[in-house]
Amino acid sequence: MTSPRMGFFTDTSVCIGCKACEVACKEWNAIPDDGQSLLGMSYDNTGGLGADTWRHVAFIEKPVTADGRTELRWLMSSDVCKHCTHAACLDVCPTGALVRTEFGTVVVQEDICNGCGYCVPACPYGVIDQRKDDGRVWKCTMCYDRQLGGQEPACAMACPTKSIQFGPLDELRERAAERVAEVPDARLYGADPDDGVGGAGAFFLLLDEPEVYGLPPDPVVTTRDLPRMWRHAAIAAAGVAVAVVGSFLGSRR
Amino acid sequence: MGTSFGRGGATTFQQDLQNADCIVIQGSNMAECHPVGFQWVMEAKARGATVIHVDPRLTRTGAVADLHVPIRVGSDIALLGGLINYVLSNGLEFREYVAAYTNAATIVSDDFQDTEDLDGLFSGWQDEGAHYATDSWQYEGAEVASSAGQRQRSRHRHETGRGHEHGSHGASISGLQNIRRDETLQDPRCVFQIIKRHYRRYTPEMVAGICGIPEDVFDRLARAVTENSNRERTTAFVYAVGWTQHTVGVQYIRAAAILQLLLGNIGRPGGGIMALRGHASIQGSTDIPTLYNLLPGYLPMPHPKAHGGLDEYVADDSSDTGYWGNMRAYAVSLLKAYWADAATADNDYCFDYLPRITGDHSSYQTVQNQLEGTCKGYFLNGQNPAVGSANGKAQRLGMANLDWLVVRDFALIESATWWKDGPEIESGELRPEEIGTEVFFVPAAAHTEKDGSFTNTQRMLQWHHKAIDPPDDARSDLWFWFHLGRIMREKRAASTAERDRPLLDLTWNYSTAGRLAEPSAEEVLQEINGWKADGSCLSSYDELKDDGSTVCGCWIYCGVYKDGKNQAARRTPHTEQSWVAPDWGWAWPANRRLLYNRASADPEGRPWSDRKAYVWWDAEQGKWTGHDVPDFQPTKAPDFQPEAGAKGPDALSGIDPFIMQADGKGWLYVPAGLSDGPLPTHYEPEESPVSNLLYGQQQNPARQVNRLPVDPYHPSADEPGADVFPYAMTTYRLTEHHTAGGMSRWLPYLSELQPEMFCEVSPELAAEVGLEHLGWATVITARNAIEARVLVTERIPPIRLPDRVVHQVGLPYHWGGNGISVGDAANELAHMALDPNVHIQESKALTCDIRPGRRPRGPERLQLVQEYRRRAGITESTGTAHRTSRGESR
Amino acid sequence: MKSSRERAMVPPADFRSYYGRPVLKAPVWNAQEIGGYFFLGGLAGGSALLAAGADLTGRTGLRRATRLIAAGATGLSYAALIHDLGRPSRFIHMLRVIKPTSPMSVGTWLLSGFGSMIALTAAGEASAVVPPRLSRAAGLGAGLLAPALVTYTGVLIADTAVPVWHEAHREMPYIFGASALAAAGGLAAATSPTAEAAPARAIGVLGVVAEQAVEHTLRRRLGIVAEPLTQGRAGRFITAARWTSRAGAALLAASAVRRSRTLDVAGGLALAAGSLLMRLGYVHAGTASAQDPRYTVEPQRNNGLDVAAGGRGALGGVQAAQAGLDARGSDAAVRDHPRQAPDRVERAEDRDAVARHRAGQEHGAAQGRHQRPA
Repeated sequence: MTSPRMGFFTDTSVCIGCKACEVACKEWNAIPDDGQSLLGMSYDNTGGLGADTWRHVAFIEKPVTADGRTELRWLMSSDVCKHCTHAACLDVCPTGALVRTEFGTVVVQEDICNGCGYCVPACPYGVIDQRKDDGRVWKCTMCYDRQLGGQEPACAMACPTKSIQFGPLDELRERAAERVAEVPDARLYGADPDDGVGGAGAFFLLLDEPEVYGLPPDPVVTTRDLPRMWRHAAIAAAGVAVAVVGSFLGSRR
Repeated sequence: MGTSFGRGGATTFQQDLQNADCIVIQGSNMAECHPVGFQWVMEAKARGATVIHVDPRLTRTGAVADLHVPIRVGSDIALLGGLINYVLSNGLEFREYVAAYTNAATIVSDDFQDTEDLDGLFSGWQDEGAHYATDSWQYEGAEVASSAGQRQRSRHRHETGRGHEHGSHGASISGLQNIRRDETLQDPRCVFQIIKRHYRRYTPEMVAGICGIPEDVFDRLARAVTENSNRERTTAFVYAVGWTQHTVGVQYIRAAAILQLLLGNIGRPGGGIMALRGHASIQGSTDIPTLYNLLPGYLPMPHPKAHGGLDEYVADDSSDTGYWGNMRAYAVSLLKAYWADAATADNDYCFDYLPRITGDHSSYQTVQNQLEGTCKGYFLNGQNPAVGSANGKAQRLGMANLDWLVVRDFALIESATWWKDGPEIESGELRPEEIGTEVFFVPAAAHTEKDGSFTNTQRMLQWHHKAIDPPDDARSDLWFWFHLGRIMREKRAASTAERDRPLLDLTWNYSTAGRLAEPSAEEVLQEINGWKADGSCLSSYDELKDDGSTVCGCWIYCGVYKDGKNQAARRTPHTEQSWVAPDWGWAWPANRRLLYNRASADPEGRPWSDRKAYVWWDAEQGKWTGHDVPDFQPTKAPDFQPEAGAKGPDALSGIDPFIMQADGKGWLYVPAGLSDGPLPTHYEPEESPVSNLLYGQQQNPARQVNRLPVDPYHPSADEPGADVFPYAMTTYRLTEHHTAGGMSRWLPYLSELQPEMFCEVSPELAAEVGLEHLGWATVITARNAIEARVLVTERIPPIRLPDRVVHQVGLPYHWGGNGISVGDAANELAHMALDPNVHIQESKALTCDIRPGRRPRGPERLQLVQEYRRRAGITESTGTAHRTSRGESR
Repeated sequence: MKSSRERAMVPPADFRSYYGRPVLKAPVWNAQEIGGYFFLGGLAGGSALLAAGADLTGRTGLRRATRLIAAGATGLSYAALIHDLGRPSRFIHMLRVIKPTSPMSVGTWLLSGFGSMIALTAAGEASAVVPPRLSRAAGLGAGLLAPALVTYTGVLIADTAVPVWHEAHREMPYIFGASALAAAGGLAAATSPTAEAAPARAIGVLGVVAEQAVEHTLRRRLGIVAEPLTQGRAGRFITAARWTSRAGAALLAASAVRRSRTLDVAGGLALAAGSLLMRLGYVHAGTASAQDPRYTVEPQRNNGLDVAAGGRGALGGVQAAQAGLDARGSDAAVRDHPRQAPDRVERAEDRDAVARHRAGQEHGAAQGRHQRPA
């Protein structure tokens, strides 16, 4: 790779919940609208990431007690595909449709995907999904086409408060380490290269536990356990063979 | 702000907010409604500023603020007055600034009586006509132009809403040399002492009792503001329609102006008052106005009785002193722009060609005229009053009474289709076959389909370029009006009638291009900028002459085409210039970004501190210099004293930063220009669940109310029937939608983000009334009943007053019946009682009832409303009493 | 559905989930098609093994039946798998890569190889076009691939984030393999001459016993993640599967003692039904576990995150650090609001201390996360 690995740092402490990221993403990628339904999850009527939503702003209204006073805190966060270092979706894809680009991002080649759907339950964050009328799977590309043109992704460009920051992942991680020291209750999510997915290409600064935002607390790429799975499969296969042989040997006419 | 500082516009620009040490956002939900500008508040926060949001709800602004202060709707003046009292009682004012740059020392007339003397009224109240005679408010010894020799016309003035009453500039004063000042600020009749006394009872306890803000929270707010206002630190205030949309709206802003002047924040970086206007170009729409009472650049429209010819017109409004003293040059240059060669010195430059206004022709008055049958035709340009204006039914019944209606918009908005599918059709109150209005729908081009400019909330003009032709029959507004005018002139070309001369003598020769014959927007901008006699572009309004040798379509925009270049089209990146970014776009006046910046330096011309240096006096070069264009005569030294009898700008000294004011000072006390008082006073809204804790005068006595059957008001406070509408109610915006929905509810990407009309209620109110989250509710006022989905949330808490709890209901106002996302309009519930200065409706503080379930359909909807009116005992006169106080001290 | 009391307001995001919404995406596969494929693939593989054994031991009736069953099941497998694709016309894209990290890729190649060979050998049964030696070779070849074919599907569903499936990744190959033997043995016994069916019966019963034993240990080990296997629709399917299989095994065992066509048919069909029901049950259980955020969040929370080195300990550390900063004092207008950022760390040594503290927390947390149960 001649390009450094590019990524997102989403600093939710400065998110104002404007949803410009959702709209910019849809406009640029010509994504269909995802249903006109009042979900009433605070101001979240989008619901979650999916084939037709690649940026999703979460809203959480939460009473917080400090110094004997209870105040209402309103958390907002723009979720996106994590572009994992060890990406389960990519690992399990049987056609090679899912690939890693020269920017270190994970994208679906839509001319190859045959909609087998294996990546969908493989993703530990519940990001990628199938478009029912189309058959293929879709997810954030980190605006691969814009990056090829030397531009930043549409959501980063649209974000008015720089909650969504785009750039070389190393730089973003440094910036995030400084930022997290400044903000009370802040913690980084997905920034650690030793975590279960090897660190995410899109990581976050959160103000509460991940599950409050709908994120898994400790996601692990399923492929980590795959060697053990093949081992057991091998033993099981051997057992099957032995069983059959044995049943013939032990059977009289 | 015009009356306080001299210009009716934001005193600063959004980028300057990054310099603030404390930002108070009140009467605005800035993150929600100005998300891009809000990045500068976040930048300030990143630099350590304290951000405070005062709002009835915890909003997307409050979510990232350091402190959220919930407030009862309609009680902001009590809070601001409380802060003023806190400053004055504790001696926390920025003394040097106040003494030098404000009218604190000026002595007021002996005849003046304050609300403390008259239980909520000022001296001069006239029951007949329900208005103030404002003579007693003036400075001792001076005569203020708006009342000099024209007592009998003060009522006309009140109706016509003059330029300065619109907050566009300060009122003029003659006899300035007779004014007395007490520089020690001790004289009981000096402005400083009058203000002190006026707000003496606005204690933290009173604030708690009126606003429902606990005293410890008030204390935190007060300390934050005062500890961040001094030589080294500045505090900024940000407001929007949460302040203006009240029957005392103008006084809200005045209160902030007083506070910021006392704290010495005006004209300084990170200070000022950031008035946020909505819409891409609503600032532009008052600069080059679509307002009935203004000509471009805030020149007043002439009045048939008040003005004979040009000389009288100028004398009536201009000032001997200050930059408004050059009014004649601005007016003549404008007339030359309109009528070019036909306008000569002999015919007063065609001054008589100007139409004259005979009274109040503001938006809501126009609706009344439609209902009465005196207004026959209506053009709606990107405006949707059936959803976006208060009292939707009045709007539609008005339109039903027209001869013709022209709607220019992208989509078939509710104001275009009400005659076949509006609420009155559903209820049977109107039948299409009985409506005589001829409705024309003329599709409009989007902003990407035409050239033009936007003037945004910080007075900055930015040019936008056409990217693509509009589809099918859609045309730009410039195309529409130009060709309409062209066709009218063609039809009238052979006429010899005198009345057709104004139309036929107009300059109307813009070149057109392309398949669509689109007129050149750049040519219009050049005309706005203006030319000298030799045809070269003007550079500044200083060059305007009153002898007909200059042409200028709008004097405050003079300079936008300086050097023959479209300055509004400049796009120098921020990486190539200072943070002030003067080379991006062009701001009026004269590309100044931060107004009144002379006040960023002390009386000696040195910055108050290095940290807050902005503009300062360079003695060596003999001129003012700094980060921005000085808002001052460039070579006037700080120690300059004017000669006796000097005129215009030369009458101002070196320590008069407010150059549009007659005396060059920031006006803490406004002796003239406002119809409801020289000082802001807490009045309850037109409709309120509680009585005014401070005075016997319940509401603003000078507010405008009507007696239209279609616009009844609720009883308030302890009046019988007030408990039929026991809840306070407010309306507001969401980020995802835009005004009346014409530009958002037709788009799937925006509609899916907020797909349905909803109301927000607290868990306590929901329990009391029986509302369920995501269920339905019906909200009722005397005007109408609407339905909405319910969001039960703790973000809109009940307001706890000492003797009771006031529940508040929140309603976004974007929805109407047309589009992808449809619903009932909040404005069905609102009334048309108005602020008397600027005729703005009170959308922000109302009362209502709310019950679970969907509303009735058809005629039963009307019956429900009528039942409520009956129960509340509402008559034509309910809520229309102007004076409720006995006018005596309590 | 939530009770009306729970719906009283904007749901306070239940602080183990975001409004109760799933964290993961449930599989998009048609449950019948995928569960059906697991059954059919297992049946095909098991039958191929039996066919190979029958061929080598001269049990021609058994050989014929199992070869035809294997071929038929394989053909139906292809149909189900291709039909379940989002873009069936692009099924050939499966052959673009050979990818060991993708059990589906491995399976595609297994199935392709197996399928061509079983087709050949079944053709050999049906007509003389295929010479017997080729037929035998193909049959033995299929038999060699068969053990992999019947166990790789256990890897396939375990190699996802679906809680029930992934947590069971050690056991699934055994369960699926055993179930394949049960189905194949059962149907073979039902369709072969009773005199030749002994190995089939043995395999059928062995499969049931092994499967149920492994499932028993699995359920004990899974903790709360076992719930979807015992509740709801999945629970019903798996319970039915268990009893049907036991019945089938009992019938075949009886037939082993006292040879009976009827017992063979009834027992064989019961074993096949049991295997199919079990596969469907696991598919439904997986979907149910993916749809409830609890099964994702709680196990991850409990995997060492609350240890003092990380997890909630981190938050306490942050507050202690902030209290320390506040105590030093510096000018600020409003300092006691929990949401306000603390004053900028003025001194470099303070900044380093905070950074070290946090680095220690993150590192400790990382260590904590990887202490997974053996």
